[in-house]
Amino acid sequence: MNLAIDVRGINKHFGDKHVVKDLSLQVREGEIYGFLGPNGSGKTTSIRMICGLLTPDSGEGTCLGYDVLNDNVEIKKYVGYMTQKFSLWDDLTIAENLDFVARMFGMQQRKKAVDQALDELGLSARRNQLAGTLSGGWKQRLSLASCLLHNPKLLLLDEPTAGVDPKARRDFWEEIHRLSSAGITILVTTHYMDEAERCHRLAYIAYGNLLANGTADEIVAAQKLETWVVSGAGVHSQVTALRVLPSVEQVTTFGTALHVSGRDGGTMGAAISQFCAAHSLKAELGNSSLEDAFIHLMRNTRDQFEE
Amino acid sequence: MLQHMRRMTLHRWLGIVIKEFIQLKRDRLTFGMILGIPIIQLMIFGFAINSDPKHLPTVVLLNESSAFTRDYVSAMRNSDYFDLLGTANTESEADNLLERGDVQFVVTFPLDFERKLIRGERPEILVQADATDPVAAAGALSVLNHIGNEVFTQDMPGFRPPASGSLIDLRVHKLYNPEGITAYNIVPGLIGVILTMTMVLMTGLAMTRERERGTFENLLATPATPMEVMTGKLVPYILIGLIQVTVILILARFVFHVPMLGSLWLLYGVVLVFILANLALGITFSSIARNQLQAMQMTFFFFLPSILLSGFMFPFRGMPQWAQVIGNALPLTHFLQLVRGILLKGNGLGLMFHHIWPLLLFIVVVLGVGLKTFRRTLD
Repeated sequence: MNLAIDVRGINKHFGDKHVVKDLSLQVREGEIYGFLGPNGSGKTTSIRMICGLLTPDSGEGTCLGYDVLNDNVEIKKYVGYMTQKFSLWDDLTIAENLDFVARMFGMQQRKKAVDQALDELGLSARRNQLAGTLSGGWKQRLSLASCLLHNPKLLLLDEPTAGVDPKARRDFWEEIHRLSSAGITILVTTHYMDEAERCHRLAYIAYGNLLANGTADEIVAAQKLETWVVSGAGVHSQVTALRVLPSVEQVTTFGTALHVSGRDGGTMGAAISQFCAAHSLKAELGNSSLEDAFIHLMRNTRDQFEE
Repeated sequence: MLQHMRRMTLHRWLGIVIKEFIQLKRDRLTFGMILGIPIIQLMIFGFAINSDPKHLPTVVLLNESSAFTRDYVSAMRNSDYFDLLGTANTESEADNLLERGDVQFVVTFPLDFERKLIRGERPEILVQADATDPVAAAGALSVLNHIGNEVFTQDMPGFRPPASGSLIDLRVHKLYNPEGITAYNIVPGLIGVILTMTMVLMTGLAMTRERERGTFENLLATPATPMEVMTGKLVPYILIGLIQVTVILILARFVFHVPMLGSLWLLYGVVLVFILANLALGITFSSIARNQLQAMQMTFFFFLPSILLSGFMFPFRGMPQWAQVIGNALPLTHFLQLVRGILLKGNGLGLMFHHIWPLLLFIVVVLGVGLKTFRRTLD
């Protein structure tokens, strides 16, 4: 299996802040790789290093077979990078933006490529509209189209669906899967669990450290969490009480129920059963979700790194 | 109506005052400007600017050497208005010095000066003054007349000035701007001032705008090189600069009737060099500044000495040495000499190279700094 991204021991400092620590990341060709982690955990910095916008302080690796330290000009030719914030030109029209990007990549049949992209976007009729006047969802689609213009082999998407409505998000992910089956490798960062579950494989990064990677199931299993679903009248007023039960590590609200998780299933199970009986609540053993696993990871790392 | 007249409370008001102070404190550059601008202005206005300049460079052309001429020359020196750089041997040598702008005055004593003086025939002293800047020459010229009577009555006790009031006939030729029309000096200068302002500011904003809006990241993600980005961004502004110059020149010619003695081609050539110097500075500001406001502040900071120390507003030669050194580092100083030289004196390229190479040097140095600070990456 060929690796589209293969970096090892990458480090990056900003001043005296160690933003990315010994990051190693292997992304296979054609897969959708989800990149998760709390805000400020180094995701964007990592992506920028992979596509040559930042130079790592140390480490080694390749992106599409090119050296990430020295070949960033080559890498840029084959990578489509969609920034977190809309970064096309507000004061250019939709068509002008695409045309400019096509020129930057030195494309041969520029006009044809732009027309085709506009057609696929369904924006042909609005080609002369200023990009700044588009709504959030359309801006996102235009950004994606501009990243794809030069037929990249690798797409780096930095929180592409932030601030986009659910319908547009679903369409967007269908497009991502279509691109993936066409052979394009995709690295995408997100905070949404449903999106994470749509990725082939995931990595979890916090405080600059890569803490877990693998498929969603593997990551959940690796946390060895047991989760109880507690429901019933007045359940939400019992959060604090549940939290201090023996071996309970986290209590999270999910709609009308609470997810109570911990690694020591035996002790915790007994305590929960006893508590629920006393407060006439219903408790049953559930499946730990990806969200349970991530919140668990986030909590543990906070304890580990913030003190 | 009552809704708009809600009571003003002290604690809300205080909250806003405190927030403004905190934000002002965080913005180092603005804070620096608040302190820096008054200090710089005070130094410039207080010490450097002098609208009655002294120590103006002068050469003497002696067709006859006698005790009288020597005394006259040393009296000129003692007046503090003239810096005597030496004597010229021929008329063409003296003319050359005036055209190059190396001297402000050439004072010529004719043959038979002594003899005519003793006979009371009021010999001529010819003073050729570079009047491209009419203000600069005025004080010194008024002193010359005065010197004559004083020196020669001292030399020859008992000698009384004639009824006409003067022992000598002081012939003043105000060259290049005989009527002393201020517009002839100001209007060509404005080409330089306007170009400095717009070119530096517009390019200063060019790159910071990209950075502020986040589009810079997109640009960096493409294979574009720093050289392509920088020079590509400059081209439209070169065009704008040339249009501005054309508009000013048309107005100068037909509204202000400014003479245009030199070659227009040469003028446009010089303008192009000057535009490049300003664009280089603007683009360098823009890669150093973090946002558009900072780029604007830097431009303003540069603009102030450019106007005051270049010889645009006040006579360059009136300034003390240190201010002249600063002035000579500014492109506008050299451009003013060039544009006045071409338009008013009709100078050719040969006479002006000593003002062109500083511009070229400025471009190389500033662009070097700019390319070094331009980040191909976001580091």
